[in-house]
Amino acid sequence: MEISLRINGSAETLEVQPQVSLLDALRDQLGLTGTKKGCDQGACGACTVLSDGARITSCLALAVQYEGHEITTIEGVDHPLQEALVRADGLQCGYCTPGQICSAIGMLAEHKEGMASAVTEDDEVDELDEEEIRERMSGNLCRCGAYNGIVEAIKEVAG
Amino acid sequence: MPFSYLSAPDVETALRAVADDEDTKLLGGGTNLVDLMREGIERPAKVVDITRLPLGEIKNLPDGGVRVGALVRNSRLAADHLVRTRYPVLTQAVLHGASAQLRNMATVGGNLLQRTRCLYFYDGAAACGKREPGSGCDAIGGFSRNSAILGTSEHCIAAHPSDMAVALAMLDAVVEVRSVRGTRRVPIAELHRLPGDTPHVETTLATDELITAVELPAVPVAANSRYRKVRDRASYAFALVSVAAALGVEDGTVTAARLALGGVGTKPWRATEAERVLLGEPATDEGFLRAADAELAAAATTPHNHFKVELARRTIVATLRRLVPDGRDEESTI
Ligand SMILES: Cc1cc2nc3c(=O)[nH]c(=O)nc-3n(C[C@H](O)[C@H](O)[C@H](O)COP(=O)(O)OP(=O)(O)OC[C@H]3O[C@@H](n4cnc5c(N)ncnc54)[C@H](O)[C@@H]3O)c2cc1C
Ligand code: SF4
Ligand code: FES
Ligand code: FES
Repeated sequence: MEISLRINGSAETLEVQPQVSLLDALRDQLGLTGTKKGCDQGACGACTVLSDGARITSCLALAVQYEGHEITTIEGVDHPLQEALVRADGLQCGYCTPGQICSAIGMLAEHKEGMASAVTEDDEVDELDEEEIRERMSGNLCRCGAYNGIVEAIKEVAG
Repeated sequence: MPFSYLSAPDVETALRAVADDEDTKLLGGGTNLVDLMREGIERPAKVVDITRLPLGEIKNLPDGGVRVGALVRNSRLAADHLVRTRYPVLTQAVLHGASAQLRNMATVGGNLLQRTRCLYFYDGAAACGKREPGSGCDAIGGFSRNSAILGTSEHCIAAHPSDMAVALAMLDAVVEVRSVRGTRRVPIAELHRLPGDTPHVETTLATDELITAVELPAVPVAANSRYRKVRDRASYAFALVSVAAALGVEDGTVTAARLALGGVGTKPWRATEAERVLLGEPATDEGFLRAADAELAAAATTPHNHFKVELARRTIVATLRRLVPDGRDEESTI
């Protein structure tokens, strides 16, 4: 099937089989290998991209379902969080990092919109403290355990 | 997993596509179906994408209830102002499920119909009557830490995985369903089936029925409601035990009580026995414990999941205590 997507601001047309995930389409057909495949089951967050600004796991997204959507991958990101992560030692091998960054950008937008999290008490959405950041980022695993640095970097750009 | 794909432009097209061919599956956010297709557990010949159907709205109902379109994403449901104020238990239940990425994709209809996380259901080499009708059940006598203790049968003990559905069960939600034959309304308690001797038949829906909406009735006591979930890690894991509760208390006596359990039932478990005991009783830990015990008396456990009985007792008491006016900071008295 032929589909059109906007990826990092430019219009792309590609030929995909219905079973091809957005993740595989990005990596294998468009050569955008910044987005990583960890589990391919929605469980690790390495494949996180933004679809119309909302973070999604691209491994469970069929590419054909995203026809017409605006997709942002790490290749299209230019955000202060990137420098902050380097400063805070928020990575080791770096495999989870593109997903962490896309996820954090989506998360900051959700927070700005006033969306609560599972640890928000009495529905009062306040500033992003460490507990809030950890809960809101729990969909992104880091096998190297760089969580402390990741949280610190996010806190820096959020506050 | 080759299959053909159709993006349905309107409800009628989607209904006709599923009516014409039993081997056709509806595709919502895809977070469960795509995974199960990749594992070879679901093998539809055709997939009908319903995410472009105009079923994505949340509306205020004249009687004080709320109507939620079946394609509302889980994150939007949790963030909705009406839902947050009238049914905090529902917002909390949704936010306690999966991850933010998955909630942005998952739809209300898909969440209701997501399939079990039983390990043997996912393991193609194992015996599982839910996956292969009549093949037995390796969870019984196997690794059953995550399995249910209520509503089980000798054919299947799989726990229902949804958090959202537990809150919907507590709220007496009504599921609106459409097919080429017309529209019908299914009370949530009648949507999911107990496994009995046909664990592969999970709901009362026909294969050609589309969930179009979920209606929440006016439940005034739900303004004082909570969801509490206990799991193996602090976030992003399925429930071992979860509790959805709403409580009305006057002069120390329970005047209204609603309770539903997750992680312990083969379907989202409305705890009607416990509710019966609670009503008219003093709103104390001792009363809450009696209610919990009444519900859990029917529990059938395995050596691996026996701990869920005690865990459920404590979680029920802890959740209810938080709903007693001024009870939130008090220490347990039991
Ligand atoms: C890693 C991971 C962790 C998770 N953790 C949790 C958790 O902690 N708690 C929890 O509750 N859930 C959890 N989930 C499950 C998640 O909530 C479900 O996958 C999601 O809600 C399914 O919604 P969907 O729209 O993506 O469904 P889909 O995958 O699109 O569909 C699921 C099923 O519903 C059918 N369907 C979809 N929409 C309709 C409709 N309108 N009418 C009729 N049939 C329909 C489909 O045909 C399919 O059979 C987790 C999932 C993953 C991958
Ligand atoms: S408990 Fe149910 S889903 Fe799990 S193996 Fe047994 S039959 Fe299959
Ligand atoms: S690769 Fe998509 S969540 Fe792990
Ligand atoms: S930096 Fe290695 S997985 Fe996170």
